[in-house]
Amino acid sequence: MSAASFPNKSASADTSACPGRSKVCIQSEPFDPAEALDALRCNDKGEPDPSIGALASFIGLVREFNEGDDVQALELEHYPGMTEKVIEDILRQANERWPLNAIHVIHRVGLMTPTDLIVWVGAASAHREAALQACAFVMDFLKTNAPFWKKEKRADGQMRWVSDRKSDYLAADRWKV
Amino acid sequence: MSHSIELKFFASIREQVGLATQAFELSGPCPVGVIRAELAARGEAWDRALGLQQRVLAAVNQEVVDEETLVQPGDELAFFPPVTGG
Repeated sequence: MSAASFPNKSASADTSACPGRSKVCIQSEPFDPAEALDALRCNDKGEPDPSIGALASFIGLVREFNEGDDVQALELEHYPGMTEKVIEDILRQANERWPLNAIHVIHRVGLMTPTDLIVWVGAASAHREAALQACAFVMDFLKTNAPFWKKEKRADGQMRWVSDRKSDYLAADRWKV
Repeated sequence: MSHSIELKFFASIREQVGLATQAFELSGPCPVGVIRAELAARGEAWDRALGLQQRVLAAVNQEVVDEETLVQPGDELAFFPPVTGG
């Protein structure tokens, strides 16, 4: 089978006309990943977009341990306004790098406990590589650039601010051209 | 024209200085680093939060900037520790 059997069906031809639909939600309420995936794959009329061939998503959760200590609860603070702007800029960059139909971020703030969902990133594209890579790219830059701060409540009742990690900066560095 | 800026503090810095926001008198353009040094000199808690030994990020009008960036009257200037979301 030759490539000529599928004229004009390169990855860029599908979505290059307009950037993917972007959405950022910062909320204190829990979210439902199934609903988030549904919203990601639907167009403005609420119908599934038939040009999407790949959906990738990532979920970050509250873990019951950190730096060797038990975690009872997590409190997440953010900088209202700036957080949304920083994430919108990351999504704009993802749209420039990959042909995406849609890219969404949901991030909770406030008080959470282990097993709670903190963050959801979803990317929709014609092909899997763009969706998977865009998802990882957004998470790596969200971790290092979006103004959120975690405070943990330990088993002994002590509250402690979480420190940033070198591995997160290295993860973001790998995307630099 | 306004002769002040709005300071904002977040996370550990907010707790250390005991303030989330405060107006700060500024009659003309001034580098971020100069304002930070002036705040750090207010006392022990302020120095622990904003002293040169601390890793502090600054944002002017919600964009991360370096210490040389000039802050203008009417701007919003925020100080916060390295971010840890996601």
